[in-house]
Amino acid sequence: MDIVKLTLTKVPGLFLEAENITPDHFAGKNAQQIGELHVHLGNQTAKISDYFSVEGKGGATAADTRIIVSGPTDKVKYIGMKMTAGEIEIQGNTDMYTAAWMAGGKIHVKGNVDSFCAIGMTGGEFIVDGNAKNYLGASYRGDWRGMQGGKIIVKGNAGSDTATFMNGGTIDIGGNVDVHLGTHAEGGKIIVRGDAKGRVGGQMVKGDIFVLGQVERMMPTYIYKGEEEAELDGKKQLFKVWIGDMGERHGKRKGEIIYGKIYIPSDGAEGIAAATHVEKKKKLTEKQLDKVKEVFKDQEPTVQQVRTYIFDSFDVDMKPMQVSRLIEGLKR
Amino acid sequence: MTKTITDVICPFCGTLCDDLIVTTDDEGKKIVDVENACAIGAEKFISASNHQHRKTRPRKLQEDGSFKEITYDEAVEYTAQMLVNAKKPSMYGWSSTSCEAQSVGHEIAELCGALVDNTAAVCHGTTLVAVQNVGIPSCTLGEVKNRADRIIFWGCNPAHAHPRHMSRYSIFPRGYFTGKGQKQRKIIVVDPRPTDTAGIADVHLQVEQGYDYELLQALRAAVRGQEISGDIVAGVPKEKVYEAAEMLKSGRFGVIFFGMGVTQSLGKDHNIDAAIMLTSDLNNYTKFSIIAMRGHYNVTGSGQVLGWQFGFPYSVDLSRGFARYNPGETGTIEVLKRKEIDAMFVLGSDPGAHFPMQCVKEISRLPSVAVDPHITPTTEICKVHVPVAFVGVEVGGNCYRMDNVPIEARKVVEPPEGMMTDTEFLKAVLKRVKELRAD
Repeated sequence: MDIVKLTLTKVPGLFLEAENITPDHFAGKNAQQIGELHVHLGNQTAKISDYFSVEGKGGATAADTRIIVSGPTDKVKYIGMKMTAGEIEIQGNTDMYTAAWMAGGKIHVKGNVDSFCAIGMTGGEFIVDGNAKNYLGASYRGDWRGMQGGKIIVKGNAGSDTATFMNGGTIDIGGNVDVHLGTHAEGGKIIVRGDAKGRVGGQMVKGDIFVLGQVERMMPTYIYKGEEEAELDGKKQLFKVWIGDMGERHGKRKGEIIYGKIYIPSDGAEGIAAATHVEKKKKLTEKQLDKVKEVFKDQEPTVQQVRTYIFDSFDVDMKPMQVSRLIEGLKR
Repeated sequence: MTKTITDVICPFCGTLCDDLIVTTDDEGKKIVDVENACAIGAEKFISASNHQHRKTRPRKLQEDGSFKEITYDEAVEYTAQMLVNAKKPSMYGWSSTSCEAQSVGHEIAELCGALVDNTAAVCHGTTLVAVQNVGIPSCTLGEVKNRADRIIFWGCNPAHAHPRHMSRYSIFPRGYFTGKGQKQRKIIVVDPRPTDTAGIADVHLQVEQGYDYELLQALRAAVRGQEISGDIVAGVPKEKVYEAAEMLKSGRFGVIFFGMGVTQSLGKDHNIDAAIMLTSDLNNYTKFSIIAMRGHYNVTGSGQVLGWQFGFPYSVDLSRGFARYNPGETGTIEVLKRKEIDAMFVLGSDPGAHFPMQCVKEISRLPSVAVDPHITPTTEICKVHVPVAFVGVEVGGNCYRMDNVPIEARKVVEPPEGMMTDTEFLKAVLKRVKELRAD
């Protein structure tokens, strides 16, 4: 396997659109030819070599090509868009549409990714070590086909609207998710190892959602159906099962109506009531406060910025009012 | 002798009333009286003809924060240079102007590789996203007046925001099949607050703030005769939900009007998605429609013109030479917040008053032009302010009502001497942009 090493040498003023950074485009090209490929910044067209240093060469086919992207790539969009084979490793953070419409191969992001990552994905593997923002594995606006195949693994948290219109594949989220998980889903499997904020499986027709933590507020259109054994991580476990969404259309198989299912582990939770209404911790420790102070030193952060930062790093969901008081306090 | 002009269109809200009677003085320069309009609409006409508080020439922001008067030619030159030199300019607004002006503006945007966005971004944009997901069964306001006997106001307060909506179309009028007017209609208002609209409702569902989605889905389940878990759904007792579902199913023709309360609260497009699906479900039992309560008088027109020219109703990104669209990425608030653009052109809107402070700061940092007849927070922070004539008062033009019916607005008085209209200004900019691009 041939390796191409891209290092971002010049941070773009605006955001860079780099849909050409895929093994499919790099295959069969040497470093110079790769450097000639286009990147876009607003209405300007530039070359990859204007922003990146290129080392190595592409393999004979996409499957033989491995790309390593390093440097402060926070403002680079569309890496690995529509890739079909090969591998991409991103050492830092990336912006929107990473792995969008991906069909095969593997992308590993060691930092965080922004919104709309892996939308319309049909195959391959997408691994994020940090957090993902909104619309992970969802559909493009107006499309009824979200994620259709492949696997997404996010070790951190994911934002809202995860897996909208999903109809295949697997999403595995290590942390928590925001509202609207699996809306309109018609298949596929979602595993949330932390807590889900609410509106889990709204308008879901079919599919499985596992929430190993707690669901803050279950949709009123989900009905508790008792305990059931299901397989997770190759292990059979007992889950409390909720079916729905009762407001949505459902198909039939062998005369039986097929509903969407939400699985919540039986042993971990203290009963259904506790599983659906959870008081989360809402205060920061002294140490965490110091850290917030350090991060936003010499800045005038907005309430939303601070709130997102606190939610992402300490997993504490504060009310905007509390945050604004906190900011006032820190200023003093 | 005064002159009376009948059937004047009111350029204020999306209801676009077309029965105003305006009286002007004999020279046709000053408006003396406005009949039939609501207080807000009448004030718009009266204040437009009072020229003392208006700026009649463009102004440029100086380094010390004061404004210096410049000519229209200089303003055209600044605007054209700004748009041509920018890598990713944004052209925002378009809701308080005519479709003709919008069309010229979009041509400029296409030449300059700009983003085009209208005020739907902070308003009914989420509705448009939901419509793309699940479609929309809609009708015109005339049908509502003549047929509807079940009216839902969800998250909107027409008593204050669309003052003549209820008397012209939705609650009080006696139409062809609704001869008894209000007596024949059942009104449901869904709002967390007891508003003035809720005061005249038959049923007021006081939903818990931010849980409209849950209530809508529960209503859908109730309409299907399915079970709902829990005794209280989003602050509303379960029995009341079933009762409301029965009331809706028993009507002959129903309509859902919805506003900012659902489009900009938690869930956004998902709320509308569920509301549209509820409408579609109810069509299994009776006839039902859904209409968005659009705010600005021609925000619907902006969506129409953008849709006709580029295929997308708002947040269109033309920077790569072809139209792309993704609210969340190409919306004006997002690009300002993420610092994705390097020039800002505002026409017929006031982002300075409605955008988050972070975005307003960004506008004031960027090279910017605001085209607006009034002095607004936006014109005060932009580098150049270009005052223009009022569309619908001093110049005519095409506008779209909230139910997508085009109505031609009329000119009633002359603008102050030497003032340009939006269309004239944009055409001058387009001409200059073409010259600059040719070099």
